[in-house]
Amino acid sequence: MTVDNVVALRPSEPARGWLSLARRRRAWLASLLLILFPLIVPFKALAAQILVYGLYALGLNLLFGYLGLLSFGHAALFGVGAYFCGIAVATFGLPWWAGIGLGIFGGTLAAALIGALAIRTRGIYFAMVTLALAQCVYYLFYEEAGWTGGESGLTGVDVKTIDLFGVSFNFVDPLVHYYVICAFVVAALFALSRILASPFGAVIEGVRENEARARASGIDVSRVRLVTFIVSGAFCGLAGALLSLNLSIVSIETLNYETSGLAVMMCLLGGMGTFFGPFVGAALFLLLENIVSLYTVHWQLIVGAAFVACVLFFPRGVWGTLMQGLEK
Amino acid sequence: MTADVILRTRDVAKRFGKFNALNGVSAEFRRNVITSIIGPNGAGKSTYFNLLCGVLRPSSGTVEFEGRDVTGMPQHRFAHMGVVKSYQITTVFPQLCAHENVRLAAQARVTTFDMWRPRASLKSLIETADRVLERVGLADRRDRPAGLLAHGEQRALEIGIALASEPKLLLLDEPTAGMSPQETREVMDLIVSLAAERTIILVEHKMKLVLGVSERLIVLHHGELLAEGAPDDIRRNETVKRVYLGHRGH
Ligand SMILES: Nc1ncnc2c1ncn2[C@@H]1O[C@H](COP(=O)(O)OP(=O)(O)OP(=O)(O)O)[C@@H](O)[C@H]1O
Ligand SMILES: [Mg+2]
Repeated sequence: MTVDNVVALRPSEPARGWLSLARRRRAWLASLLLILFPLIVPFKALAAQILVYGLYALGLNLLFGYLGLLSFGHAALFGVGAYFCGIAVATFGLPWWAGIGLGIFGGTLAAALIGALAIRTRGIYFAMVTLALAQCVYYLFYEEAGWTGGESGLTGVDVKTIDLFGVSFNFVDPLVHYYVICAFVVAALFALSRILASPFGAVIEGVRENEARARASGIDVSRVRLVTFIVSGAFCGLAGALLSLNLSIVSIETLNYETSGLAVMMCLLGGMGTFFGPFVGAALFLLLENIVSLYTVHWQLIVGAAFVACVLFFPRGVWGTLMQGLEK
Repeated sequence: MTADVILRTRDVAKRFGKFNALNGVSAEFRRNVITSIIGPNGAGKSTYFNLLCGVLRPSSGTVEFEGRDVTGMPQHRFAHMGVVKSYQITTVFPQLCAHENVRLAAQARVTTFDMWRPRASLKSLIETADRVLERVGLADRRDRPAGLLAHGEQRALEIGIALASEPKLLLLDEPTAGMSPQETREVMDLIVSLAAERTIILVEHKMKLVLGVSERLIVLHHGELLAEGAPDDIRRNETVKRVYLGHRGH
């Protein structure tokens, strides 16, 4: 039976063997994979980057994969999160946790503003409007160099130790660094899993499946879109905050449209509308980029070709196709 | 005319660009009976129907539900008032299973933005969905994705989705379109049984199918109200006869 794995994630489905158990425990399994990841991958710094970008792609995936709304402006949510956290820590000397809180707030705020303006449009127009609004955010942050460092970026987002549950972690140690970020990503995974299993998660599926039918059943489709956009913004804002803590700087490129495209690419590569796909997409993209760029300056050409090949051979993304294979 | 009127239109018209799909139709729909809107293809039935449930906004005129002017209200609010439609073309949530299709429609009455509880914890909705599936004869298809159901089953599911919203007024646009005679009979029986508890407005171009079950009929032709009345009046009406003879014989 060829049931899309999005449906397969439905918790109301009766148990059917280990696969269905795995589905119900998706947040646990995904977390486990992320916890084991740095033991397999030798580059710890890269592994942390994969976590951050995977979370960013996960934020887009909620909107793009689960609701079916393509945004080309998610860099704004990610970037505003990064700058809010960065400015809180570097400029105001606030503790790291306040930076993370403000990062989530920044992503949510940016999503609420951009979403409220863009939500009236559909399809490719929605993608274009979000792109245009995100470019506005880019120029705003570029011009406000006093706050953001403008072209040269924001530096000095230095966090040396992180105190969590009464324990002091040395944030400079690469492995500790990874696991601190991982803790937040795991929390996000559990939150997402919960949202998808909630009544609102059912509404998201319904709107994606059949907008007219959803509306006839009494669902306010525009509101659902806006709320999903904002929730997506919260995830991207968190990812942005973790990015600034991870790199100790926020570069203006974070807000660039290329960063928006990156999330779309990672979603497609991993498998849109799948729970773990965004992380697989982020890992594939960043690993490929890092490895290929060691050997040639034309790495973009190779990565681009690999992307096209993936889309051709894995139309549901690498993870999505793998899951579909297991279904049969 | 003191009959209990649930829905009324006053002089509603609909233009698509320069084309007048509907020209000032005034009619009343009585509570807890079946009223059928009939007319040949392209008469404006679906257009009129969509004005009644908020899918389209009239270009002029008003729609009143239970004495309230509801003209131009957004469609999702109609569902919350108790006005629910099914479509002429089958539209279900294809990748969700039959049960989830119905459960989601039932849920829409209760909550939309609850992000934290598991949906499985809303037990009463699960039970409602099971009851509705039983009612429309799909209990044994509970866990099948709707897109994999047979055509007739999908049409039944669609009625189930509409029922899950517990409508006071159920609007059905050609619910038997594309069905075998056997399936048609089953669905018509279902519709008649549903009419015991609620108002039903049925759109149909096959006059013969609805004459027997409707208490009142509204005949549209070229976007005009051609006739209105009890089945016997309509059967005897010369203009109606001419329109139907002109289109398809008898
Ligand atoms: N969105 C639209 N834009 C332009 N013209 C339309 C639109 N919808 C309907 N029409 C036209 O309005 C007229 C009435 O259409 P409508 O769908 O209401 O007919 P109908 O009586 O339901 O026919 P059928 O029995 O085929 O379903 C038709 O000529 C149709 O082409
Ligand atoms: Mg029609």
